Amino acid sequence: MEVTSPTFKQNAVNALHDAQLQKALGNVRAGFIDKRRKAADALPEFDALRDAARDIKDHTLAHLDLYLEAYEKKVTESGGHVHWAETAEDARRVVLDICRMQNARTVTKGKSMITEEIALNDFLQLAGIKAVETDLGEYIIQLRNEHPSHIIAPAVHVNKDQVEADFRRAHDYLPADRDLTEPETLLDEARRVLRAQYFEAEIGITGANFLVAETGSSVIVTNEGNGDLTQLLPRVHIVVASIEKIVPTLNDVSQILRVLARSATGQDMSVYTTLSTGPRRKGDPDGPEQYHVILLDNGRTSMLGTEFQDMLRCIRCGACMNHCPVYHAVGGHAYGWVYPGPMGAVLTPSLIGVDQGGHLPNASTFCGRCESVCPMRIPLPKMMRHWREREFERGLNPATQRYGMKIWAAFAKRPRLYNFATSMAIPVLALFGGRRKRFSALPLAGGWTKHRDLPAPERRTFMQQWRERESRKQGASA
Amino acid sequence: MSGRDAILGKLRQTLGADTNDATRREAVERRLAKPPRGIVPERGQGSDAQKVKLFCQMAEAVSASVTRVRSPERVPRVVSDYLRAKNLPASVRMGTDRRLKAMPWDKLKALDVKSGPSDGFDEVGVSHAFAGIAETGTVALLSGKDNPSTVNFLPEHHIVVVDVKDIAGDLETVLTGLRRKFGKGRMPRTLNLVTGPSRSGDIEQKIILGAHGPRALHLIVVG
Ligand code: SF4
Repeated sequence: MEVTSPTFKQNAVNALHDAQLQKALGNVRAGFIDKRRKAADALPEFDALRDAARDIKDHTLAHLDLYLEAYEKKVTESGGHVHWAETAEDARRVVLDICRMQNARTVTKGKSMITEEIALNDFLQLAGIKAVETDLGEYIIQLRNEHPSHIIAPAVHVNKDQVEADFRRAHDYLPADRDLTEPETLLDEARRVLRAQYFEAEIGITGANFLVAETGSSVIVTNEGNGDLTQLLPRVHIVVASIEKIVPTLNDVSQILRVLARSATGQDMSVYTTLSTGPRRKGDPDGPEQYHVILLDNGRTSMLGTEFQDMLRCIRCGACMNHCPVYHAVGGHAYGWVYPGPMGAVLTPSLIGVDQGGHLPNASTFCGRCESVCPMRIPLPKMMRHWREREFERGLNPATQRYGMKIWAAFAKRPRLYNFATSMAIPVLALFGGRRKRFSALPLAGGWTKHRDLPAPERRTFMQQWRERESRKQGASA
Repeated sequence: MSGRDAILGKLRQTLGADTNDATRREAVERRLAKPPRGIVPERGQGSDAQKVKLFCQMAEAVSASVTRVRSPERVPRVVSDYLRAKNLPASVRMGTDRRLKAMPWDKLKALDVKSGPSDGFDEVGVSHAFAGIAETGTVALLSGKDNPSTVNFLPEHHIVVVDVKDIAGDLETVLTGLRRKFGKGRMPRTLNLVTGPSRSGDIEQKIILGAHGPRALHLIVVG
């Protein structure tokens, strides 16, 4: 896909002027935050599980070579094939080879960010193979010729009237007078149209949320069931997964599952969690005849052992973007590549280079909400600071930003001072908000605040206000 | 150099694998041989009766429906009542699982019981669960000769039978059960953990049931 990350500022300005997008982004703020809060609060062990999940991934990353070997052995034992791909291009070539061997005309796809990362659909299309996205959100944006704007809600920027128009255009063989005014009728139509595709496809391609070294299983976590039909019905199932998806054992999967769905959608457990191990067994009445796993590096080994290693713990839950004021303001497309929000701001420069993605770490108010909700306890703000330092050193920043950076770097290099400053952040930001309690000039974020006022945080934190109100009440009743 | 050698080589170099290989290997082998149990939520750790109650509650909270019966002989009757209540044709699809086979389906003359994998034209599929998981209201379904996975996904309605003796408090207990049944490090081809009926929130974040999988999930808890 075309990378537009270098023009992040202009993208953001455009997004801020897009009334339809702004309305859609309201759904992110309204939907995800409360649900996560409730689900997390309902499980007393939630925070301890976050620590456990972090430790599991840290242990795995420190032994990644050995777990990959153990995993490969298990896949092979169960009759599957493992392919190793250093680059996106290598991975695409393996997929194409398998497609050619099967004379495949159509492949169905479960929702997967990794196949977005390697731009698989465009590549297959050029090779004359039709790739059909089956997740409802992915299907919608495929019809629109767009890319996901959110890692778990790919069509969050689209409203239902737009979906109706897309379906009428794409499904022009259906009666023109059919009713498509409600999300229910739209979903029904997608269900019917895609059913046929599952049966037609020779190959089904999915990503993986986990690869389990203990058993050689790939795990997908979904709500719709499309991923399961994708991996169950075609003759061949291909899993594309990056190497850091490995976890040691089934028990480790269980630990991380407990924080995944709660952080993502506020569910205790997603509807379908499926573990697939090898191809159809002797006597099995259904299932794929071949099972392939493509283990992709594409930049991960270069992150290991650097200040960005912690990012490899990411389980792609989306909580960081759901809680990010910058994402709320500009949406996912402004980030200009596959991964948006705080995780994208850290990952993009790592994966496509700092000259392409180096602007993104500036898209932060350093409010710290992303880190506070990340189930894998990834220090996202710290890593964005690392990128900003690097970019600063390279002199890629315009002069005014460099100036701001100097002040900021002085803080960042003295952790106590920095903590002090961030604890002051609320009064400071409220100050900038002035009497209107809106920002029009946020320091270090020039470009995009000019065009849209951000609501300023209330001067006192909620807890402070609440306490004050309570004591007032008590005073009144005394 | 192959992709495999390149990736593993780079990893070993970064991780300093040469100097401490023995310790690293030992750590990995130990974990794989004896998976740590980790943190298991208190909520599923009550008495057997509490587990069953929690299982039913959690399942209903995610829009599954639940019927409890005393014995397996009652299951066909509950299935046919379900079909009637939902105005569905008197036909179900199921695998040849011996626990299902042993039930008195032939007593219901009007009910057409189709055997084998689903072809995508079935209104109702019936499966027997390997286990239930109380903490989340989840059923665990295994693929195999007698248990086609297509029955879990293609029909519009999915009915799952689960024995109370198989309802565990937590996922870890079920995973231990799998290791016992299939041997260490081995798995059935497919393990489906199903928590409620299929859904999507992809249009304006409004949750709608029945995306690509079954629109309804009905659990029959036996015992
Ligand atoms: S960085 Fe954390 S919060 Fe963001 S997607 Fe990854 S795991 Fe989730």
